[in-house]
Amino acid sequence: MSEYGGRHGGDVERPEPTGPPVRETVDEPIPDPGLPGHEPRLTDTDPVIERRAERQVAGMFGLASLLMIGFIVAFWIFPIDDGDAVEAVRDSNLALGLTLGGALFLIGAGAIHWAKKLMSSPEVIHERHELRSTDDVRAASLSDFELGTEESGFGRRKLIRNSLIGAMVLLPLPAVVILRDLGPLPGNRKAQTLWGPDVQVLRDGSFQPLRPADLEIGSLVNAMPATFEDLPEEGPERINERAKSPIIVVRMRPGEITPAEGRENWSVDGILAYSKICTHVGCPINLYEQNTHHLLCPCHQSTFDLADNGKAVFGPAARNLPQLPLMVDDEGYLAAQSDFTESVGPSYWERG
Amino acid sequence: MSAVVNGAGKVVDFVDQRITASNWLKRNIRKAFPDHWSFLLGEIALFSFILLLLSGTFLALWFKPSMQEVMYDGAYANLRGIHMSEAFSSTLDISFEVRGGLLMRQVHHWAALVFLAAMSVHMLRNFFTGAFRKPRELNWIIGVILLVLGVAAGFTGYSLPDDLLSGTGLRIIEGGVLATPVVGTYLSFFIFGGEFPGDDAIARLYPLHILLIPGLILALVAAHLMILWYQKHTHWGGPGRSEKNVVGYPFFPIYVAKAGGFNFIVFGVIVLMAALIQINPVWLWGPYDPSLVSAGTQPDWYVGFLDGALRAMPNWETRLFGFTLSWNVLIPSAIVPTLILGALFLYPFIEQWVTGDRREHHMLDRPRNQPVRTGIGVAFITFYILLWIAGGNDFFATILDIPLNWITWFVRAGVIVLPPVVFWVTKRICLGLQRRDREKVLHGRESGVIMVSPEGEFSEVHAPIPQEDAFELTHHRRQVPVALEPEIDENGIPAPRRRVERVRAGLSSFYFGDVVQKPTVRELEAASHDGHAAITEGDGHAGGERSEIGTGHP
Repeated sequence: MSEYGGRHGGDVERPEPTGPPVRETVDEPIPDPGLPGHEPRLTDTDPVIERRAERQVAGMFGLASLLMIGFIVAFWIFPIDDGDAVEAVRDSNLALGLTLGGALFLIGAGAIHWAKKLMSSPEVIHERHELRSTDDVRAASLSDFELGTEESGFGRRKLIRNSLIGAMVLLPLPAVVILRDLGPLPGNRKAQTLWGPDVQVLRDGSFQPLRPADLEIGSLVNAMPATFEDLPEEGPERINERAKSPIIVVRMRPGEITPAEGRENWSVDGILAYSKICTHVGCPINLYEQNTHHLLCPCHQSTFDLADNGKAVFGPAARNLPQLPLMVDDEGYLAAQSDFTESVGPSYWERG
Repeated sequence: MSAVVNGAGKVVDFVDQRITASNWLKRNIRKAFPDHWSFLLGEIALFSFILLLLSGTFLALWFKPSMQEVMYDGAYANLRGIHMSEAFSSTLDISFEVRGGLLMRQVHHWAALVFLAAMSVHMLRNFFTGAFRKPRELNWIIGVILLVLGVAAGFTGYSLPDDLLSGTGLRIIEGGVLATPVVGTYLSFFIFGGEFPGDDAIARLYPLHILLIPGLILALVAAHLMILWYQKHTHWGGPGRSEKNVVGYPFFPIYVAKAGGFNFIVFGVIVLMAALIQINPVWLWGPYDPSLVSAGTQPDWYVGFLDGALRAMPNWETRLFGFTLSWNVLIPSAIVPTLILGALFLYPFIEQWVTGDRREHHMLDRPRNQPVRTGIGVAFITFYILLWIAGGNDFFATILDIPLNWITWFVRAGVIVLPPVVFWVTKRICLGLQRRDREKVLHGRESGVIMVSPEGEFSEVHAPIPQEDAFELTHHRRQVPVALEPEIDENGIPAPRRRVERVRAGLSSFYFGDVVQKPTVRELEAASHDGHAAITEGDGHAGGERSEIGTGHP
């Protein structure tokens, strides 16, 4: 730290006002009148006010001590392990926070009040000095550096230099490679979900299969594939599939649907199924407006028209909501004809 | 050398005999620090960061950074029997089963919001007053990096409790990662250990949040403060102050008491906020389930502009040769932030190049005296606030009772149209204020007294202003555009780098071409002879007499 240079040599504390002000240049219209004189505070001149300020500061510090004792008392008199947890924690939080916050605030307020009213330091003026080193020092440091370069032979010994550069260029590679096992390669996983031929549609929550008659016109049901039930309880597969395979099933009047070419038989009596995962950045979509058949993502308000093949009609999503081809299986329940015919969720580079 | 006897002296003696401490203390203990309310903003950031370290350490004693699934059986009855990650269940335990745990959670979250707000406003203060100019460019750059690290710390922390909001935030990040050209899918699989969300993410974010990012912040804060200390603080112009000095109160005892006290005030206010204002009640959101989301979800305020950019962006996507480029995600989540950061890093150097000003600056600019810089700053704030409005478009649509799509369209058009308009308006306001300052120096202030001359002419009496005020109004450096060298000098040699110099001269006159200059000595004298100048000589000298330079004639 002693390198911080003896730069404060010319510092003065509260100099007497200098003589008549001097105009720096002809362009400066107003001369510097100099630092205003030191105005004494009331606490400097009136002993009564001074003692009062002293009592105020000590009072704040004293009150802070009381509040800290209050904090300790509150810690025990507000138990949080009996009765209604939310109410108990609310009371404890309020008591602990008010006492601790009040104590901290008063310590700070007392210190500042002390500094402002009672500490007697006058303003000080310190000279500034240009930050650059002198030319001599700069030249000396440069020549030291050149001497070091010369002594090392870094410039002359090209073989050493180039082989070192080569080694340094390769150095990041092990650091990258060692991270390889952070995760598996994606493979085709993003293009597949749990849906497939004959996979029944289960109502989310109850996990019961759905019959077409269970759905009224205008209704929307969240659903999962029946294959979800087969996933192991342990490990991340279940939560991963909840991020990828959920669908929403809606029913509207068959006449309102305008199926795209090839999708004429994807619905069952006006029942349609779409991926629940937004094609923008992957939020689960959940706001449905019955009369317009618009489905809105609550995160960034992408809007999809479910009567028109999940078309993205507003907002930042570029792709339509993927539709799941539906049918009724042998038992009379809703089931998928196949997996989705495109990737669900946000776009990615290889998606095409 | 006289023997040192008392307590503090003994410590100094011990340290001094080992590391020459007195040498350093002698030079620094009375260091002058100028007083101004705006210099407190950086202190708020520093003290809220200290509070983050303290409260965060407390939370880390109980928090379990694991996505292992458990069945909750704790004090909060509404979630008993629900499957959730250990991270979420330990967050519930901190809230409901550790006394003071909820208080510390709320302190930590509030302190994070205050930390980022204080850094942001501190940065604006430095921008508008030109405190980033030479020799303080390094501290400006460190400050920009600190802001980025602060956002990273905030976001990783937001993700840790594994509640519904934090999981949704992580999902949006995943969407942004997936949009990365070529490697997006791979990056996502490496970050999450497979498909989203997997069971690795929280254990991976945890060391970033509690070790790497705060460690970097701490190191950079130390560098920031050492540079500040070494270069001495900037101060405002005024009587007795100059580019060559710094006028203020001594570090010891005044600033030890004031800054130390302010530290406790910041702590106190944040703890009181945590006591009185609920923040992030994760038990109401519930554990993360990727198939659930609640309407009206909002990120923490400092991510709001990015979320708003995501919301307002038109749905552009390019598909080429079987590959997808999602501009609708790339532009708001990667390109816009990169451009903003690049502009922040480069601005001090751009301004230095344009203005050709390579002098050291220790006196702060009044924003009006830099109309173009101030205009740029306010235009950026406008851009930022528009994106922020877009981030709350559902909220604003509800309270204003207008269709949400209107707000989106308003923001889409606004981010293009409004910043230039606001720039122009701000610049005109600055020029107007400069003109008023100039008038005050030349003719005194308007007294509000109207006089009728015997000829029946109405005029306002101008009252003299004190010399201190006039000096303050003229205590900035005159700014003129850099002049373009003649194309061919007198010896017939063409000027080098002509095209670059022409651009520079153009930009320079854009910066300073219509700045209202402070009066020259000659102008002041001319006004004085007209009987218009009105400055009273300062009462700055203790006991000095107040004498008028000009008269207050109309």
